[in-house]
Amino acid sequence: MMNTSSLSQKRTPKSILRFAAPQMFYPLAGTLAPWCAGIAAVLTVIGLYIGFFVAPTDFQQGEVYRVIFIHVPAAWMSMLIYLAMAFWAAVGLVLNTRMSFIMTQALAPTGAMFCFLALWTGALWGKPTWGTYWVWDARLTSQLLLLFLYLGFMALTQAIEDQRRADRAGAIIALVGAVNVPIIYFSVQWWNTLHQGASVTPTGSSMASTMLAGMLVMAIASWAYTFAVVFWRVRSLILERERHTDWVGAEIDAQEGRS
Amino acid sequence: MNGLLGPFVAVLRRDLMLAWRGRADVLVTLAFFIVVVCLFPFGIGPETNQLRAIAPGVLWVAALLSTLLSLHRLFAQDHADGTLEQLLLSPEPTALWVVAKVSAHWIVTGLPLVVAAPGLALLFDVEQEALGVLTLSLALGSPILALLGAVGAALTLGLRGGGVLLALLVLPLFVPVLIFGAGAVDAHLSGTGAAAQLLLLGGGLLGALALTPFACAAALRIAVE
Repeated sequence: MMNTSSLSQKRTPKSILRFAAPQMFYPLAGTLAPWCAGIAAVLTVIGLYIGFFVAPTDFQQGEVYRVIFIHVPAAWMSMLIYLAMAFWAAVGLVLNTRMSFIMTQALAPTGAMFCFLALWTGALWGKPTWGTYWVWDARLTSQLLLLFLYLGFMALTQAIEDQRRADRAGAIIALVGAVNVPIIYFSVQWWNTLHQGASVTPTGSSMASTMLAGMLVMAIASWAYTFAVVFWRVRSLILERERHTDWVGAEIDAQEGRS
Repeated sequence: MNGLLGPFVAVLRRDLMLAWRGRADVLVTLAFFIVVVCLFPFGIGPETNQLRAIAPGVLWVAALLSTLLSLHRLFAQDHADGTLEQLLLSPEPTALWVVAKVSAHWIVTGLPLVVAAPGLALLFDVEQEALGVLTLSLALGSPILALLGAVGAALTLGLRGGGVLLALLVLPLFVPVLIFGAGAVDAHLSGTGAAAQLLLLGGGLLGALALTPFACAAALRIAVE
């Protein structure tokens, strides 16, 4: 028994799983965040340039369609971030790892922000195209409900003072929400559909290639932005939660000494 | 079989008896349902055709709100007097007595709504043949609301401002039930038949019955520990 445990202790520093420890992840997140932010900034400039100057005017919708360069990536990210949140919630509940819960809480505000952005830009697009800011259409409505799920998650984790309970309660509501998202989506679709069908599918796309390129560049930029913001948020959460440990004390001393 | 049925019946009977002893509390939910439904004509106007059109939606939304209003009762008392901890310490499976508690809660707060709904629907001049579908949709749908709501109630147990938070957590999850429930009556009235919606509600009920007790049990354990 002694032998195996000492072996595994020797092996763990090489494993990627060592970043499951907040102490190890903190410097990694610090290194990665500026890079992600830089990539996000560069790609946003490129993507918006393609979107506003290179991509042709749509023959049906005119210039209004250009909102998709923000709208579609935001909508994608809002759904993807919820999935990521549910994934970390499940990992946290099963393996009881501290970093997983920190990840869920760091992801939620960004997801809610993208959700709101998608709704807002969609409303701005809807006024000239459909003649109204809001219709009770399947996709809009399920996006709105997704926003409510994000808000519920954040409100619940904020309302509980005990950290451990907040983490686990939040994880449960994230998972319950994740099970419900497809049900909500299909029920609302049954109920009413006006939104145009998806233009981009894994098999092909009905858009001009420059439009698609601009949108994909913006999508990657959103990914990079999400990574950057989440890493920074994770770092503050780690400092807050591990404030009783020695290494956080040393870290804060070092930061204050530097500035 | 008997080993599982025993604790189930015991918890069910206890909760029903507690509800019976404090029946004024329980009747408030029903009164709320009736009052909310009766407020709509004042807000919208007494035009019969319009009232007939909105009746299923109004009844369903009112049922949903009264469910929400009564949810905090589900675990709060037991949490306050320590019964909940004793139940969690007991060797019986948590999901089992959670289902018993939710069943008792539904019999006490949900069933009266199902019974009262057809009478209220008449106030909105709903066609009599649609009353059966309305009652059936509520009978299938309101237990789903209770089961989903139980998870929310367990998560917000003992929190400050838990009631508002509970609404925020649970209402988005209620939307599919609302759509299919109110949709069943509309589909019946439009002549397409309500079978699809009712089957989906039934499926949803079975799904909720299979999954939510475990989520609720986990949430209770987190809340109490």
